[in-house]
This record gives sequence, C-alpha cells and structure tokens, in this order.
Amino acid sequence: MDIQSCVEVRNEWDIVSARQLGRNMAKELGFGNVDQARITTAISELARNIYLYAGRGKICIEPIDQLGRKGLRIVALDNGPGIREIRKVMEDGYTTSGGLGAGLPGVKRLMDEFSIESTVDVGTEISATKWLR
Amino acid sequence: MDNLIVQMINENQETLKNNWLKEVNLFKDKEIASYSTTLKLSEETDQQFFELLIKHINYHDISKDGTLDQFFDQVLHTGLPLKYLTQGLQIARRVILNMLVEAEMEQEKLAALYREIDSWLDPILNRVVENSSQIWERTVSIQKTALLELSAPLIPVFKNISVMPLIGSIDTERAKLIMENLLNGVIKYRSEVVLIDITGVPVVDTMVAHHIIQAADAVRLLGSTCILVGIRPEIAQTIVSLGIDLSLFPTKSTLQKGMENALEITNQQLISNE
Repeated sequence: MDIQSCVEVRNEWDIVSARQLGRNMAKELGFGNVDQARITTAISELARNIYLYAGRGKICIEPIDQLGRKGLRIVALDNGPGIREIRKVMEDGYTTSGGLGAGLPGVKRLMDEFSIESTVDVGTEISATKWLR
Repeated sequence: MDNLIVQMINENQETLKNNWLKEVNLFKDKEIASYSTTLKLSEETDQQFFELLIKHINYHDISKDGTLDQFFDQVLHTGLPLKYLTQGLQIARRVILNMLVEAEMEQEKLAALYREIDSWLDPILNRVVENSSQIWERTVSIQKTALLELSAPLIPVFKNISVMPLIGSIDTERAKLIMENLLNGVIKYRSEVVLIDITGVPVVDTMVAHHIIQAADAVRLLGSTCILVGIRPEIAQTIVSLGIDLSLFPTKSTLQKGMENALEITNQQLISNE
C-alpha cells in the first residue's frame, strides 16, 4: 500500500513527531483509546531505540488491509550498529544503556505481530503490527 | 563598482523595474498565494524593495545607512516568507543579466560585469539569510526558556505536602529538571509527601517510567514519600504491557485520591465548617 508516511529520527523531538503521526493515523483508522496509547507507546520505544543506539534512522507507519482485516504497521529502520544478541534483547530487563530493559519485549506485548531483523554493522529493521478489532 | 554597470543600471532603471515587478508578481501568484491567503503583499513593498536594491549599487557597504536591514526586518516580522526576499534578489540578478546579454558586448567584459553584479548582490543575499536565521534563533531560544520555566514546578499545597504537575512530553533534559526541582523542593518545603501528577503526559514509555522511578527512589532516600497520580486507564494498560514495575511506591488514579492519601500519611485532616 502506498499511503505510507515516514518520520526521520535524528533527535529527541523527532520521537515526538513520530508519535504524533502514529496517533493521528491510529485515530483515523478507528482504533480506540487504549490501542492508540499502545501504538504511540510502541512507536516511542522504537524511535527512542533508533535515537539511542543508531543515532539516526526512520519510522514508517502505514495502514494495512489484508482481505478486509484492517490494521496499522510500524516499521523502524536504521543503519546503526545492529543487534548482536537478538534473543537477549527480547528478554525483560536486559539493557546496555542503563534503562529498564523493557523496550523491545514491551513493544512485542503492546502489538499483535512483531518481527526483528538485524545484521551487525549493517542495521536493524523492526516491524510491528496492530490489528483493528 | 565598475562605473559602466552602475551607469547601465541607472539608465535602464525603468525597464529593469518593470521586468522585475512582472517576474516578482508571477512568482507571488504562484508561490505565495498558496502559502497563505491572509498575507497581502502590497505593491508598495515591492517598489520599496527594488528601489533599495538600486540604491545600494552605489554603496559598497550594505549596512551603510541601515535602510536595507530595516526593510528586511520589517518584511520578516510581518510574517512574509523568506523566499519572497531571496527570490526577489534572484529575479533582480536575472533581469540585470538579461539586460547585459542584450547589450551585446565582448565576452570578457560580460564576465567582468557579471562578477561585479555578484559582488553587489551576494552580500545582500547573505544578509537576508543571516537576518532571518537570527530572528528564528531568537524565537527558539525565547521559547526554550519559557518552556523550561513552565517545565516542572513543585508547588507546596498543605503543610509537608507538595505537588508536581507534569504536562507534555518528557525528554532527557526535562527529566533532569524534574529530578532537580523535586529534590530541591522536598528539602526547601520540608515535604513529607510529594504527588507527581502525570495526567498531562501523553505517553508513558519505558524512558519516562524509568525517570519517574528514579525520581521517586531519590525522594525516598531523602526520607519522603512519592505518590504517582493521574494515571489514566489506557496508560495503566500500556505500563502493564511494557512490564514496568511501579510497585515500589504508591500510585493513585487521580490527584484527589492522592491528596487524601497524603493527608493520611501526614496525619492531617480537612475539616469543613458546617
């Protein structure tokens, strides 16, 4: 689908604009309050990861429609250092930056579908989908 | 400046002006009309702009009498887009070059005059950009200060009870400020209980939660209690999904409930006069 919008993430304020974009799109698609909060929080986590670990990257948000099943997909892309131990980062409490270590596993729980691909020294692509119920 | 070019421009001033106005109007219709319908560009501004440019051929110093700076300031402050000025300058360059090309002179002479024009218009263009970026920088820095002032106030409400209402997104800089104000305020007001109200915080992600946990922990080290209030239902759900443990300190749904709790902790009561 072509109605994809992207936000470049280079500083902390871009995280806010990525969130705003996601919230607006979620609202337009008819997501309820709780799901809107889930989606914006997930975007916030992914965008912050880009800012913290990769320095720069982008967040793309697109509405999806699979055989009448509607939803919203968030794709986070960066050309950063990549993730060495994907299994570890998906564990609760694992952090390399002194944070809570709840970001990625949290996003997985906030969203319905989650996939992560990362190559060391090449970059990371994370995609997460929420279906409209 | 080369006398020849000054002379040529002065002699052809009327033609140049008409050509310039024509092109500027074309540009205005196309670009600025769609920019904002409320902005009205008067013919007067255009006239003034061009006359100032011509006037400054004879000056070597663009800030000589300040009229140019004044004009730029005036235009930028009325909310006209910067591109009106930059485009105006580019059009001026174009119409003058056209005039030179039509004059059919030797190539070397033409190149020399071309450089003259550049040395006349480029400083003006630089000045325009400089002025406008200064205006922006000033605005941004004023707003930043204003924002910081509003950022994280700690308000003493009752004896030993203070409230910190948080509104808007929390970034690293603000989080630092929250921590500082919180700890300083707890000492200053001798607060036993501090209520942090997050009703106005749109998103509570792990980073925001982390900062709140740290702040509450620091308050605990000072011997006081921190109560987190204003947790909306959807925020509660996302916090649970994220797996964030906020059980180290009490939380309440509203400021009112938090206040009741705080009064209890400090052994105080509100008594009505009835």
